[in-house]
Amino acid sequence: MAAVTADNAVKRRLPFPIEFYRSAIGKKYVMAATGMGLVLFALAHMVGNLKMYLGAAEFDHYAHFLRELLVPILPRTVTLWLLRLGLIACFVLHTHCAYSLTMMNRRARTVDYQSKRDYLAANFASRSMRWTGIIFTLFLFWHLADLTWGVKGIRGGGDTWKRGFAYYNLTSSLGRPIVAVLYIVANIALGVHLFHGAWSFFQSVGWNNPRFNAWRKKFAIGLSAVIVLGNLSFPILRQFGVTKPSKAPIEYTPNGS
Amino acid sequence: MTATMNRPLGEPGASRPKPVHVSKTINLTLKVWRQKGPKDTGRFETYKAEGISEDMSFLEMLDVINERLLAENKEPITFDHDCREGICGSCSLMINGIPHGPETATATCQLHMRKFHDGQEVVVEPFRATSFPIVKDLMVDRSAFDRIVEAGGYITVFPGSAPDANLIPVPKPVADAAFIAAACIGCGACVAACPNGAANLFTAAKIGHMNLLPQGQAERYARTEAMVDTMEKFFGSCTNHGECQEACPKEISIDYIALMNKDYLRSKLKNRRYLSRKP
Ligand code: SF4
Ligand code: FES
Repeated sequence: MAAVTADNAVKRRLPFPIEFYRSAIGKKYVMAATGMGLVLFALAHMVGNLKMYLGAAEFDHYAHFLRELLVPILPRTVTLWLLRLGLIACFVLHTHCAYSLTMMNRRARTVDYQSKRDYLAANFASRSMRWTGIIFTLFLFWHLADLTWGVKGIRGGGDTWKRGFAYYNLTSSLGRPIVAVLYIVANIALGVHLFHGAWSFFQSVGWNNPRFNAWRKKFAIGLSAVIVLGNLSFPILRQFGVTKPSKAPIEYTPNGS
Repeated sequence: MTATMNRPLGEPGASRPKPVHVSKTINLTLKVWRQKGPKDTGRFETYKAEGISEDMSFLEMLDVINERLLAENKEPITFDHDCREGICGSCSLMINGIPHGPETATATCQLHMRKFHDGQEVVVEPFRATSFPIVKDLMVDRSAFDRIVEAGGYITVFPGSAPDANLIPVPKPVADAAFIAAACIGCGACVAACPNGAANLFTAAKIGHMNLLPQGQAERYARTEAMVDTMEKFFGSCTNHGECQEACPKEISIDYIALMNKDYLRSKLKNRRYLSRKP
C-alpha cells in the first residue's frame, strides 16, 4: 500500500528541532522567529539611540549602562555578550534559512517564463527581500567596523576615536556627509525588508485570523516606519548640527562628576 | 423583473424586439509556445486569430485556431482541457503573464474572448515549474499534485451503507471554511503564479479541507506531515508573496497556508508523541 498511515508517518529518527528545521515550513518558522528577534533588537537599538538628543553625558551613561546590565547578578558585560550571542545566532539562522530556501526555490523552476510575467500581488518589498537583506548586511558590517571595532580608515573621528567614548565617536562618524547617505540607503533597504517581514511573520507562524488580517499590514507599515524614521533622524539631524561632537572626547564617569 | 417580462406571453398585438443576438468578432495576434516534446527547447510562434467571436471561451478560440491549422495541414496546438466548466482543473495556460488569464476567479475554460479587445496581442505560455514538466506545447504534467494527495488526502470511513445525513454535527462556519478549501480544482495555477514555484496553496487547500472537518481528525497530523513533506520534495517554498491567491480560479485564500503552517508544527510534535506511545 502506498498510502501513508498514521503509523508509518510517525517513524521519526532525528530530534524534533533538527527534523523541523529540515523542512521548508520549519525554516519559515525559524525565519519568522529570528526575524522578530532582530526586529526587536532594531527597535530597542533605535529607542536607545534617541538618548543622543539628551546630550553626551546621557548617551555615554546609556552606553555604560548596557555594559553593566544585570550587574551584580552577572559580571560586567556578560549580559551584553549573551544578548550579542543571541543576536548573532538569530542573524546566522535567518541568513541560512534565506539561503537554503532560495536555493530550493531556484530548483523549483529551472526554466523560467519566456514571456513577461504580470504580477498581481507580489510587491517590490516581497520580491526584493534578498537584495534588501544583503544591502543591509553589508551596511551592518560597515557600521560595526565604524563604531564597535573602530577600524582605522573607516571609523569617524580618525585618530581622535577612542573606545568607550560613544557619543564622541558616533557624532564624529555621522558628521561625514557620505556616511549620512550610507545610513539613508541602508535604512530604506531595512524599511522595505521589515515591511514584508513583519507582515509575513504572522503568515509563517500561522497566527492568522480574518479579524486581524487587515491590521497586519498596518502593523508592518507602522513598525518599519517607526524604526526607519528614528534611525534616519540620527544622521540627518547630525548633518543639521542638532547633535555634534565636543572638541575632544569627554570621559564618562559614573558619578557624573 | 422588468416590465417586458411581466407582460403575458403571446399577447396579441404586443410588439417586442426580436431576441437577435449579434456576436461581435475580434481579431487577435496570438503568440503561442510550441514545443514538440519534453526534450525540445520550444519557441513562440505567431498566429493571426481573425474573426474570433466574443462569446467564445479561450479554449474554443484555440479550437478554432486548431481547425484552421489542421485545414492547412499543420500540427494543432496541444493544450489541456476537460470539463470546460471550471470544475475539473484540467485547463491551464499563462495568458499575458497571468495563470488562467486576466479575469479573477476564472479558469481558462471560462474566460471569454470579450475580455480581450480587438487588435490585442495575446501571449500564451505553459505553466512552468520543474515538477510540472512540459509534455507538448501548452500541456504540462501535473501528476506531482497526485503524489501530494496520495500522501494523505483521504479520510477513513465505514464503507458500508450510506450513513445518515447529519449524523456527525459540523458547525456551520467550519463546514463553510472546509467547503471553500474543497473548491480547489487542482489546476496548479498557484504553482504557476508563485515566483518560487511553491505549491503551498494547493496543499493547504487539500489539508485544510479535511483537517477542519470532524471526519478528518483521525489522520489530521499524519496527513499534514506526510502531505507537506511530499510537497517539499517537488516544489519550492512559500515567501508570502500572495501571488497564488490572486491567480487561483477558486479564490482560495492564503489564510489556509497559515492554517497548514500551524498544523504542520503541531503535527511534528504530536506525531512524535504518538510514536513514543507505540508498544
Ligand atoms: S489552490 Fe487554486 S490555483 Fe491552486 S490548484 Fe487549487 S484551484 Fe488551482
Ligand atoms: S477545463 Fe475543467 S476547469 Fe477548465
